[in-house]
Amino acid sequence: MKILVCINNVPDTTTKIKFVDNKAFDSAGVQWIINPWDELTLTRAIEMKETQPADIESVTVINVGRADAEASIRKALAIGADNGIRINSDTSDSYSVAFQLSEYIAKEKYDIIFCGIESSDYNGGSVGGMLAEFLAIPSVSSVSMFEIKDGKVVVKREIDGGNETLSVQTPFVLIGQKGIAIEPKIPSMRGIMTARTKQLTVVEGVACNQLIEFVDFDLPKAKAACRKIDAENVKELIDLLHNEAKVI
Amino acid sequence: MSVLVYTENWDGKFKKLSFELISYGKELSKKLNTELVALSIGNVAESELQKLALYGADRIINVNKSELSFFDAQLYNSVLAKVTESVGAKLILFAHNNTGKALSPRLSVSLKAGLATAVIAQPDLTNGFIIRKKVFTSKAFANIKINSDIKILSLLQNSFGLLEDPKNAVIESFDTDMDFSDQKCKLMDVNKVSGKLILTDADIVVSGGRGMKGPENWGPIEELASLLGAATACSRPVADEHWRPHEEHVGQTGKVLSPSLYIACGISGAIQHLGGISNSKYIVAINKDPEAPIFEAADYGIVGDLSKVLPDLITAVKEFKA
Repeated sequence: MKILVCINNVPDTTTKIKFVDNKAFDSAGVQWIINPWDELTLTRAIEMKETQPADIESVTVINVGRADAEASIRKALAIGADNGIRINSDTSDSYSVAFQLSEYIAKEKYDIIFCGIESSDYNGGSVGGMLAEFLAIPSVSSVSMFEIKDGKVVVKREIDGGNETLSVQTPFVLIGQKGIAIEPKIPSMRGIMTARTKQLTVVEGVACNQLIEFVDFDLPKAKAACRKIDAENVKELIDLLHNEAKVI
Repeated sequence: MSVLVYTENWDGKFKKLSFELISYGKELSKKLNTELVALSIGNVAESELQKLALYGADRIINVNKSELSFFDAQLYNSVLAKVTESVGAKLILFAHNNTGKALSPRLSVSLKAGLATAVIAQPDLTNGFIIRKKVFTSKAFANIKINSDIKILSLLQNSFGLLEDPKNAVIESFDTDMDFSDQKCKLMDVNKVSGKLILTDADIVVSGGRGMKGPENWGPIEELASLLGAATACSRPVADEHWRPHEEHVGQTGKVLSPSLYIACGISGAIQHLGGISNSKYIVAINKDPEAPIFEAADYGIVGDLSKVLPDLITAVKEFKA
């Protein structure tokens, strides 16, 4: 099977978020990383290729973005992906990203397309589902386990209050979350060296209708200081939760 | 035109979030001067379906087919697209949960409808249709304008109150007129946690971190949770150490919660953890380290030894409940 993993390039989790005139994200001095959820699904894809090479022919990573996203693609190659693709385009919203991906994928043949459940920048959580609908193929969301048994794909997905195990026909879109892998794979020195020689193809993006637009951004108001309660008098906490916060 | 709400049932009973969605949708449909249609897919008794009218559904559409007994996003989306067309819906509402996250993006493409997810407030209609949501994992807010004719929203759970507005709704059975023979997903096994409060639905959550020192010390957390009718949760190191199951992991890569009250016991408050709890209305922190970053996120804090504070708290809750 050929696996394609969609990765997004996002600001590092610890980035202090700022905006330029409240209109656009201020990327000055920002460290960029692979979106954590994409990194977990990528990790699982590579684990599978390493442990079941007979089932996985290749793992390709794809990103929609500008040249500054290539460091993240190279990292994915260093972790163990075989080759990378960058669709050269701005990323204005999930719909256009999914459309760009679908236009490329429709011309190629991949058996399973991996996406992370959400992106840590704009938190849309929609690219995977949109991509599946553009391609008119099944999607399984909230996937916390992925296996291939006797050539058949078996996934576990989280439901509210439990989980379900499904078998799915390929091609399909797998939308992964925590559990599919626990820790992201760290590139080895050898991996970093070989990543330099792996193929990274750049294709031009295509135009897409814009259904939504970001009007502006703002930062949360400073929170009132935490009210400290004496450890010897926890009853006061119960009073406050009941009479002031009114939550119990 | 109409507002369409996608409801969800659990073994034939509607989840609270469905009533939240209808309450939100009702307020919006009044502003838009249109009717509110509730859609139920699954095997739900008529008396239960009628509860949707209690919160303001003008029409209730019931799709009950054995082929739809388990959730297949592609098939469900085809049904939704048909219902949307049939009722002329211009606005479709989902919960921002596992099902809503799986369905709403597909429907967005089917209908060429702008989608905004994890919405936290009623839209601003003064200058178009502008919704508000959190971005950068709760570190900022964005205002997003939806420009398409049909619009789709998924709403953050526990963000909107229930509002009764009883209507006399007729239950209409909807014939999908679809061929379901080609099912590409097959259900092999279901594992439902029974008798336990679902973490993402819980109004109160009691959570433990590494400061609990070991899985053997979880008794007081469970007892406090049970007294408060709360769900239990944990931080990432606790799940990674297998002190608690991964389903309880709350944080950026774990579950994102929006309860009324979150009680963090022995959790230092790493930024990834705060990403999962910052939608809580109130946060209580109990930690022996007065410098722990969790106190910056908390509304109420106790600096102290958990092995003493938790039993005292349990006694205090028992007295309060008595």
